[in-house]
Amino acid sequence: MLSNDISVILPELLLAVYAMAALMVGVWSKKEEAVSGLILWLTALLFVGVGLWVGMTPAGTDTAFNEGFVNDGFARFAKVVILWGAASILFLSKEYLQKNNLLKYEFPVLITMATIGMMIMVSAGDLMSLYMGLELQSLSLYVVAAFRRDSLRSTEAGLKYFVLGALSSGLLLYGASLVYGYTGTTVFSQITTVVADEGMSLGLLFGLVFLVSGMAFKVSAAPFHMWTPDVYEGSPTPVTGFFATAPKMAAAAMMARLLHDAFGNAIADWQQILIFLSFASVFLGSIAAIGQSDIKRLMAYSSIAHMGFALMGLAAGSEEGVQSLLIYMAIYVTTNVGVFAFILNMERDGQAITDIKSLSMYSRVAPARAFALAVLMFSLAGLPPLVGFFAKFYVLTAAVNAGLTWLAIAGVIASVIGAYYYLRIVFLMYFGEAGDALNGKMSSLHWVFLGGSSGAMVLGIVNMFGVETIAGMAAATLLN
Amino acid sequence: MDNLLSIVTFLPLFGAIVLMFFLRGDDEMAVKNAKLLALFATVMTFVASLFILQGFDPSDTGFQMVEEAEWLGGLTYKMGVDGISILFVMLTTFIMPIVIGASWKVEHRVKEYMIAFLLLETLMIGVFLSLDLVLFYVFFEAGLIPMFLIIGIWGGQDKIYAAFKFFLYTLLGSVLMLIAMIAMWYDAGTTDIVKLLDHEFSSSTISVLGLQIVGGAQTLMWLAFFASFAVKMPMWPVHTWLPDAHVQAPTAGSVVLAAILIKMGGYGFLRFSLPMFPVASDIMQNFVFFLSVAAIILTSLIALAQTDMKKLIAYSSVAHMGFVTMGIFAFNQQGIDGAIFQMISHGFISGALFLSVGIVYDRMHTREIEAYGGLAVRMPVYALIFMLFTMANVGLPGTSGFIGEFLTLAAVFKVNTWVAFGATSGVILSAAYALYLYRRVIFGDLIKESLKGITDMDAREKLVIAPLVLFTLLLGVYPTLVLDIIGPSVEALVHNFETVVGAAETAAPSH
Repeated sequence: MLSNDISVILPELLLAVYAMAALMVGVWSKKEEAVSGLILWLTALLFVGVGLWVGMTPAGTDTAFNEGFVNDGFARFAKVVILWGAASILFLSKEYLQKNNLLKYEFPVLITMATIGMMIMVSAGDLMSLYMGLELQSLSLYVVAAFRRDSLRSTEAGLKYFVLGALSSGLLLYGASLVYGYTGTTVFSQITTVVADEGMSLGLLFGLVFLVSGMAFKVSAAPFHMWTPDVYEGSPTPVTGFFATAPKMAAAAMMARLLHDAFGNAIADWQQILIFLSFASVFLGSIAAIGQSDIKRLMAYSSIAHMGFALMGLAAGSEEGVQSLLIYMAIYVTTNVGVFAFILNMERDGQAITDIKSLSMYSRVAPARAFALAVLMFSLAGLPPLVGFFAKFYVLTAAVNAGLTWLAIAGVIASVIGAYYYLRIVFLMYFGEAGDALNGKMSSLHWVFLGGSSGAMVLGIVNMFGVETIAGMAAATLLN
Repeated sequence: MDNLLSIVTFLPLFGAIVLMFFLRGDDEMAVKNAKLLALFATVMTFVASLFILQGFDPSDTGFQMVEEAEWLGGLTYKMGVDGISILFVMLTTFIMPIVIGASWKVEHRVKEYMIAFLLLETLMIGVFLSLDLVLFYVFFEAGLIPMFLIIGIWGGQDKIYAAFKFFLYTLLGSVLMLIAMIAMWYDAGTTDIVKLLDHEFSSSTISVLGLQIVGGAQTLMWLAFFASFAVKMPMWPVHTWLPDAHVQAPTAGSVVLAAILIKMGGYGFLRFSLPMFPVASDIMQNFVFFLSVAAIILTSLIALAQTDMKKLIAYSSVAHMGFVTMGIFAFNQQGIDGAIFQMISHGFISGALFLSVGIVYDRMHTREIEAYGGLAVRMPVYALIFMLFTMANVGLPGTSGFIGEFLTLAAVFKVNTWVAFGATSGVILSAAYALYLYRRVIFGDLIKESLKGITDMDAREKLVIAPLVLFTLLLGVYPTLVLDIIGPSVEALVHNFETVVGAAETAAPSH
């Protein structure tokens, strides 16, 4: 029933139509600057609206296109985080783009495309729709990474991301074809049946490994992380902020969906891979970040470490684990929105600065902003009473309950190592040596995001704004 | 009042919020208001905590004034007080106004300074009152943030190194405890400390990576908790963060650190290690005894060689904490009574000693012992007070220091004579370094030019230190004041411990 199918994918459809229309308006408009700004705002508002709409959809699971597209509680949770994360970054990016002469209508359009891709990724019920969503997202992201055409760094980032991204897509496709070859189907629910009936054959296992490797690249888990620091550093800052939020949630959710929906009967087989990815990521992210002096590179390594923790939840292979993954990602995205609201405003005499040394004694220049960033850093380090602690706590609980105590121990040790570089930023701001401090002004819009994010880190201790319960229900729909 | 405990816990936080959002400007008036408001908040907290003491019934060994509310999934917000925790709460609320009073001369970022200390007070009280594992951990760990900032912003020359060392050292100790807590939650199905106290964790031997672990899960959890508490305490050989942190911290920071923060380790042993993992504690007794005696003797010797006053007192704190761990692991009433008494009394004495150092530091801006000498000539009152606390630190009868040391030594003597022998020699060493310090700073002729104009303690300084003098002497001659309150709870603790360990030994006679 086509009309039924359409009604299930209505939010995605609406966004797609909007993206086309915005593109047309952009192409044919005379006053590019003004129209681009308008489109950017409209897109962000639309994201917020669609996020509300998706979030308010009554509980229940709908499928479309022969189970190629699944709209369940899990997908809705991920979509809300993705849409709101993307909207926040769009709201934040206008000023920066304008200042750097980058305010083009293509930017919001490409972000919309990427967002549609992500929404399809987390809703995929079929390897083909999964790949479609993934590529729609990736291709848009390759372009926005190189959005600053006249900058060597930015084009390099785009090219690097494209080449390595294509490789990982190739791995994923190869894995998908193996899975199709050995099961005769690409639909997740049918793969599950085959696995349940016939077990994991060697070919299927190979397919699984390739699929997981391809996805590990997308979530930037070690040892598939190499692109992350360069792309983060080279891309324009709003794009980096975007990379650090919505796509991470999408990739992690996609991984959870594929592993649980298609290979839910072979947990023992993929658990080992995830344990390794998680272990390698938390240590690599924590140790390699220590030597970084560029805040964008630092955030890149930090994201590797954080993805390691998120995958630890997935490695538990339980409903609790998926719940902890969702909680972790939601909190991580919220924190990063605040951090990037800050990074976007790191300027000296109108010149953007990303060296962390420039934060020296920043608490003298702007005490409130410094305090908000300090709260976010402590939260990223996972210290109570901030919400970042609870993110780690749920993941660790899931890991210990699944018998992965040693992985949990490794994780907390890595988090202590990682605490060092978050502390270093606090140290620079509060008791570093006075140097050439930043002197950029912050608009009140940016303040709302920075202050809101760090406020959420503090107030979330009361009941985490209900995220914990909702994530629990979302995880339940994925596993049952 | 149904939620008295929460009120006491969060009153300082409330003060901090008021300071943060409603106090504007940094002129002289605002600075003065910040100090007054912080003092008011801490005094009010102390007054409120007196109601806890008044409503507390020592003969009831369970938890009193319990508050419970739903929190995040599976966790509860639960607070309560018993004979073991009440005095730590009182110590905290009592010391904090003194700390604020001692900080009157701070000029650098006064508002933030007061906020940090008020936050710290809330977190410290929370540690002693929380009855939920995760809630405890949140309070326990969160204290690192304000302390990191206090050392880092208001500290001495090498403050950065000290702040990082303090932070990472204690964090590493604690995260292992977090894992053990999760394992306990998994095993017992609850994070409620009251229920966990009744839960028996498995103590049958298990093998990890081919290694036979006697005491099984209990031993592993005990070790994880030990990692945290031993660092906090601090016990030899993981004590090295303490001297650095003390030397670099501002006076008030040192007082909080010595008087309250390091007591969390001892409290943790009494709240978790002993009652929840009795079999493992029993197995580890000699190990702890060894570390305690090593701490007492070695750090006393190290203290002898110090040239920095604060560092000397810091090492002496480590030695005194050795008596505490020794007393706790004697597993008898006398020992645990003595350990708690020693912690309370050390809170007064070491706090007062750091204040005394602060008084001369404010005048001369150096902590080098070499820079002083003959202070008795110009500072008679100071000389007297410093004498009192030096003697109390040595453990002279008539001061509270004596009671704690004597009780723990007597208790250990019953269990292991050699340990008592080693520890007692530490008492002699402590007399040596304390008197040596006193002689070099106070006695002799006042020959140094720089000291010729030094003034004696002013009224504020006398007022700040007077309550500490009072309690050091009062507890020295009338220890029952404390022992009556802690006695019944300690007795119940020891009784339960003996029952469980006795049962375990009958079950496995070979041990």
